[in-house]
Amino acid sequence: MTSATTAHSVVEPSATTRRFAGSLVVLYAIITMIPLVWIMLTAFKSPDDAISYPPKVMFKPSLEGFCNLFTTRSRQTPEFIRSLGPPQGLCDSIARERNMVVAGPSNYVPRFVNSLIIAFGSTVLAVALGTLSAYGFSRFRVPLKDDLLFFILSTRMMPPIAVAIPIYLMYRTIGLSDTRLGMILLYTSVNVSLAVWLLKGFIDEIPREYEEAAMIDGYTRFQAFVKVVLPQATTGIAATAIFCLIFAWNEYAFAVLLTSGNAQTAPPFIPIIIGEGGQDWPAVAAGTTLFLVPIVVFTVLLRKHLLRGITFGAVRK
Amino acid sequence: MNELSASSRITYRAVMVRPGVARRIRGLSDRALAWLFITPTIVLLLAINIFPLLWTIYLSFTNYRANRANVPMIWLGADWYQSILTDPDIWAAMQVTAHFVIWTVVIETVLGFGLAYLIDKKFRGHGMWTTIILLPMMLSPAVVGNFWTFLYQPQIGLFNYVVAFFTGRAASSFQMLGDVTLSPWAIVIVDAWMWTPYVMLICLAGLRSIPDYIYEAAEVDRASKWRQFWSITLPMALPFIMLAVLFRGIENFKMFDMVNLLTGGGPGSTTEVASITLKRAAFESWRTGYSSAFAIILFVTVFGLANIYVKALNKVKSR
Repeated sequence: MTSATTAHSVVEPSATTRRFAGSLVVLYAIITMIPLVWIMLTAFKSPDDAISYPPKVMFKPSLEGFCNLFTTRSRQTPEFIRSLGPPQGLCDSIARERNMVVAGPSNYVPRFVNSLIIAFGSTVLAVALGTLSAYGFSRFRVPLKDDLLFFILSTRMMPPIAVAIPIYLMYRTIGLSDTRLGMILLYTSVNVSLAVWLLKGFIDEIPREYEEAAMIDGYTRFQAFVKVVLPQATTGIAATAIFCLIFAWNEYAFAVLLTSGNAQTAPPFIPIIIGEGGQDWPAVAAGTTLFLVPIVVFTVLLRKHLLRGITFGAVRK
Repeated sequence: MNELSASSRITYRAVMVRPGVARRIRGLSDRALAWLFITPTIVLLLAINIFPLLWTIYLSFTNYRANRANVPMIWLGADWYQSILTDPDIWAAMQVTAHFVIWTVVIETVLGFGLAYLIDKKFRGHGMWTTIILLPMMLSPAVVGNFWTFLYQPQIGLFNYVVAFFTGRAASSFQMLGDVTLSPWAIVIVDAWMWTPYVMLICLAGLRSIPDYIYEAAEVDRASKWRQFWSITLPMALPFIMLAVLFRGIENFKMFDMVNLLTGGGPGSTTEVASITLKRAAFESWRTGYSSAFAIILFVTVFGLANIYVKALNKVKSR
């Protein structure tokens, strides 16, 4: 994004134009950030502040949302609570103010861990398979190359629900329903198409002469691939991995239809965090915030490769 | 590090060619290696995508129901296809989908191109602001849909409050998600919020691909800025705009997660886009045969669009 501006007298926009364009863009950016900032603020509100009218911008920060996210609580009589010893930890004392005691951990952490395992597992697999295939497509004459590449891309274009019907039946038959392995394989198959297309672009850019020199030198083709091409493609592989990671991390349709407990990831779980009398908004907001923070970090890391990633490697800048 | 040491080793070896090289070059033939590299991917896709797809095609000709696996299967031929294509509910879902796709694409293209045009003026800090604008499109559509239901709450939601603040109406007087006329727009707004940056990013690449000398020539010819925009900027950015439009079209045609979380298809079936109809038929009424047929119809449509998309990709690529 930060391109060095080269001076072109006639086509350079004037200072006024620039300032005008800049202020409009900044205005849009601020408006577009409001929903996100609002959710992050809500995560630190008490339930009463979260649902107050008019909406509160200034409020006393509270960790109740995070406590409710990580724990389950049960309502008790004040007499019972008084009979207990001193509260154990911050969350217990917050709960006791509301005549409740912490009953145990919630399911958020296991769901979050599932998200991590499934996202990383499928990313590693997809990038490994994708790198091999991309190299194959980039360097060798493969019969029906264009058709195969189109086939690979088209699998990603399938509507997820349409794929989910037979996968549901297939996984039920072979015992993969609601398992992490099943979700890893499924996400790998979705991501591998992106990985092949993106990595093929990156590998195409590495001059063939490097490998040829290495091979003249006595490397086998495979050694040349491992010792010359892979190190050159590190940036591309990293960018591709982050794209795969983000997809698997964000995925909802397959997760909600094919998992129920064991392998459920965070996206289908967060919307069903319920408190007493409806959704517990601070807890939902806290869960959302924790879930979105890694993506924000990755987006900043990826910003130079975003364009490539979202166009399957076609547009390079 | 690796890169350095590997390449220095190459030069070193290139100078000192040793015997036995010929033997080692053989290793695996290129052809064998090519298949070794490509086959795993193809096998995975065949197992997880193509085999299930063929299964769906088979089921779409039968009366199979996933929740009654023991009922003997009856071959129905193309019955489901016929009943789907003549079903008014399906056509209603298609209309809802069309409303959603057309409006999101129009709004995202206009806003996205406008933003890209402004960012291309390279004001100070444009890189940072671009990254900020891009954030929404990286988030999980399901989680986004879920937190927008909070913003859309009639009494406590921020969206209603802001609208009420600017229009003077009471914040609880309208329900974005519960109202038959407003809810189709509620999903359009969230989608536009999320995906305008996508169109912007591709348009920006298009604008930056236009060489300066064309504008310089136009300036020499005394072409007005207005004229330059219509005769240079827009036509030259058009392939990129088309790419973004096509991709958004495909993605929104199969939209599921965000809408499922926002409205679940309701109220009634006013926001029931095709994927939600499909999910209801497949995983709520368990009409597996019927929903398989519908899935195949949707898939054929998307496949056709994807075909056009790849052609557009190649066109952009050759630029």
